[in-house]
This record gives sequence, structure tokens and C-alpha cells, in this order.
Amino acid sequence: MTDTAEATTDIRHTQDGRTGRTVRFSVFRGVPGAQASYVTYDVPEVEGMVVLDAIHYIQKNLDMDLACRWNCKAAKCGSCSAEVNGHPVLMCKTRVDDLPEGTVTVAPMKTFPLVKDLVTDVSRNYKVNAAITPFTPRKDEPTPWKIQQHDIERLYEFRKCIECFLCMDVCHILRNHDLHEEYYGPRYFVRMAGLEMHPMDDADRTDEIRTAGGIGFCNITKCCTDVCPEHIHITDNAIIPMKERVADRHWDPIRRMFTKKKQTANAADAAE
Amino acid sequence: MAQDATTKWTPPERTGLAKESAFHRLRRRAPWWLLPLTVVTVLSAFIVYGIWTAFFGGKVYTAPYLSPFYSPQIWWNGPVTPALWVLPFPLLFRATCYYYRKAYYRSFFWDPPACAVGEARKKPYKGETRFPLFLSNLHRYAMYLAVIVLIFLWIDAIAAFDLNGHFYLGLGTAIMVINCIFLSAYTFGCHSVRHLIGGCVDCYSKVRGGVKRYEGWKFITKLNERHAMWAWLSLFSVVATDVYIRLVMTGIITDPHF
Ligand code: SF4
Ligand code: SF4
Ligand code: FES
Ligand code: FES
Repeated sequence: MTDTAEATTDIRHTQDGRTGRTVRFSVFRGVPGAQASYVTYDVPEVEGMVVLDAIHYIQKNLDMDLACRWNCKAAKCGSCSAEVNGHPVLMCKTRVDDLPEGTVTVAPMKTFPLVKDLVTDVSRNYKVNAAITPFTPRKDEPTPWKIQQHDIERLYEFRKCIECFLCMDVCHILRNHDLHEEYYGPRYFVRMAGLEMHPMDDADRTDEIRTAGGIGFCNITKCCTDVCPEHIHITDNAIIPMKERVADRHWDPIRRMFTKKKQTANAADAAE
Repeated sequence: MAQDATTKWTPPERTGLAKESAFHRLRRRAPWWLLPLTVVTVLSAFIVYGIWTAFFGGKVYTAPYLSPFYSPQIWWNGPVTPALWVLPFPLLFRATCYYYRKAYYRSFFWDPPACAVGEARKKPYKGETRFPLFLSNLHRYAMYLAVIVLIFLWIDAIAAFDLNGHFYLGLGTAIMVINCIFLSAYTFGCHSVRHLIGGCVDCYSKVRGGVKRYEGWKFITKLNERHAMWAWLSLFSVVATDVYIRLVMTGIITDPHF
């Protein structure tokens, strides 16, 4: 770099926050059915730059038809999921200066069908969502509902989900074994746990969790928990508690006996 | 809806996500199989040690200490070693523990070896839906048995404060108590305990003692967050206690005491 160039860099630094460093990005480009490839772009780094900024720079200055999905740039809409250096992350939450030196690779989520470049078709998730027994309010509850803090506290965590589908992307059951028809996936056990533990919900999803949901496929290896940008303890607080409920019904004869007794007693009460 | 063949592609090789600290650099330079290998080695070593104690280790008792492998003392002078009556329960408990399941699925079965990397397996994946792995669902029964064994271990630890009617406090007593504390933290941090105490309740206000159960659930959750740590600590403490008592028994070391 010549002295002049350095001087220019310094001026730019003060003008628009450029750091003077150029970062090389290798970005996946391709559409279904055509030869896909990684294209290299050099992007001038700006103070506090995130990977999504770099993608926007490329779109604006270097390659106008690079496709990516985004919306909030605040880690709240869950649109910009991708795989940066092979890790499923939100592009808008991944700072470039946190990444190690060297080329940064950006690829779409592997688990979902490709649409174009960094955009994948996540519509399968919405079908799974629609199949789940929805919230079914109890009939015997006087309105307006009064809910105690201790009855609802566990559920806050599940409400944080932004549907980024990074957990679905990383789950080996979907990613490596392609069991999309057999297994609902971590995001949907988060939803089902939230419904099942809801104090005002009356539906029983235990059998659905086991059969259509396929919870037995999960071998609790926790990759979903590792990638969740909302830090939801997917495995410990949603999947394992649901596995325990399935065990109550199908694997615990002693408990089943008690529940049966209780149910019969309740039925007798209701009949009176 | 799986991807059709034309859109299948291989993601690039995984590199780092965060800038490296010295520790990370060291960890990255270490070959990737080091962690699974460590888990495999430690778990196998424990199993081998357990089997050796059960079949060939003799009886490990020297007043006032009783090794955790032989407690409760069932059929002490029977035809087979007394450890055989005890050992299967903790082993079953650990083999079906949610944390150990994670550890061995990753390390022994490589399913998956790490997150977002390919898997070598060709056979169709069944997870815990088929024999024998679905038997892990019986974990809560193993837990009941483990709690019974734990009660005996506490009785032994308390009994170790008494030598021929006199108060006794030796290094061995301390080791036994620490072992019991680690084992209790591990056992009561269990997901099945967490479920039975309060996890299974939908509305705490509608069950008897609901708020108490919620408080209990919160306490177990605290233990459960460190379940992996307690799992390893208690594994080591059990072996350490047995080894220590063995060394005292054979006279290799003398037990420092008050
Ligand atoms: S814990 Fe279960 S749901 Fe989560 S990534 Fe692993 S297998 Fe998938
Ligand atoms: S559970 Fe976490 S990783 Fe999964 S979709 Fe929701 S926010 Fe994303
Ligand atoms: S753009 Fe909304 S989460 Fe990244
Ligand atoms: S002992 Fe680990 S989950 Fe039960």
C-alpha cells in the first residue's frame, strides 16, 4: 500500500467509518438445477460491520443480482439465516471483526431446498406448524382469565422464538438423514412444549408428539440449543420435558395406573 | 420435502466463527477427534474399572470405610462378589441419563460427531424409536433405584464418623461425604426428577401444593443446568473413593485422621 492510499484510507475512516481493512468473502451463488459455485468478493470493512452489511455492499456495488433474505437487521425477524464459515447463524448478528482472519464463506442453509443464492425455501416449516393441534382454551375457565406468574413463567422462553429455523438447519435428523416427513424438528417441539405447558390449554398432544412429531428420533445431542440466537434451551426445556411426558404415558406403568385412577375419579365427579 | 438431487451441494469446510483465544487455538490445533476420544476413553475406563471391581476386586471394606461399589452390603458372604448386586443400578442409571446419552451418541456412535458436519452412517437413522435405544425411556426407573443406592451411601458416609463407638474424622470420611454430595447433585439434577417434581404440571395453581412444586422445580432446574459437570465429578469421585479405601485397606497409605 502506498502512502497516498493509506492517507485516503485514513480520510475515509473519519468520513464513513471504514477501518481500512479489506475482507474477502466467498459467497455461494446458484439456482436449482444449475452448476453452483462460490464467488469471491473483496469488501472494505466498516466499523462494527456485520456479515449482512457485507452482503448488502456486494449487492449495491459488486453484484446486483445476489439474492438474500432479510428484514430487520436487528436479530429479531429471523430472515437472514445462513451458514457463515460453516456455522448456522443470523448474518445480521455476526460481526465481521469477530471472525478469524482469512476468507469468510457465506452459504445458504443446507437443510432447506435452494431458491437462489442465499435464499432457501422454508415453507415446509409452515406446513408442520399448521399440522400441530392449536391452542385450545379450557371451557371451564371464567373470563377474563387470571393467570398467576408461577403458572406462566416457564413459557416466556418459548415465546422468544423468532422462527429463524437455524435449529432445524443444524439438526442432524433433518440435515443429514432427511427425515422431513417423520420428524417435526426442534422449533416445533418448542412450540408444542409452549402449548402443552400452558395453564389455559386443554388439548392433549402427547400422542401427536410421539407419532406425527417423531420425538423418538431426537437423540438429545443439543446442536439445536447451540445455534439458537434467542438462547432458548431447546433440548433441556422443550424436548426432554416432552420426552418425559411421552414416557409418562407409554413407559411408566405405575404412573399410568395413578393417572387412570385420577381420570376415573374425575369422570365420576363430572357425572355427579 | 427433501432437496432434489440437482440442488444438493456440499457446504464449504467449517472454519472458525470467533476470533481465537490462545485456548481456542490450542483446541483447534488439537485434532478434532480428541474430545470424542477422551469421552470414549474415560467412560470405557470407568466401565472396565467397575467390572474389574465387581468380579476381581475383592471386598473393599476397612473400618469405618465401605467402598461405594459395595454398598448396600447385600449377601456379603454369598457365592459371588457383593459388588455385583449393586453395580448394575448406577450403571443403568448413567447409561440412560440424558446427558450421558448425548455424550455417547456423539462420541461412540458419531451421530453426529459435531454440529453441522457430515455423518458417515449409511444405515437408515432410527434415533431412539427402536430397540434397544428406546429403552432409555425407562430412565426414571433407573433413577428410583439410584436414589435407593444413594440413601445407603449417605448412611455409610455418616457411619464412617464412628469407629468402635468413638467419633472419627479421617481423610476417608471427608472423601466419602464429598462423594455423596457430588452424587446427590447429579442424581437430583436428573431430568426425570425435574419432571416428576414439577415439570409434568401444566397449571401449578390447580394442583395440591402447586407453588411448592414450582419452587422445587426451580431448584432442580438449577442443579440440572450443571448436570454434565455433576455427571463427571460424581463419576470421578466414586472411583476416587473406591481407590482411596482400597489403598488404606491394603496398607499402602495410612488414613490421616483426628
Ligand atoms: S437435540 Fe434433537 S432436535 Fe436438537 S439438533 Fe439434536 S437431534 Fe435435533
Ligand atoms: S428455536 Fe431458536 S433457533 Fe429455532 S427457530 Fe426459534 S429462535 Fe430460531
Ligand atoms: S435481518 Fe432480521 S434477523 Fe437478521
Ligand atoms: S441422571 Fe442425567 S438425566 Fe437423569
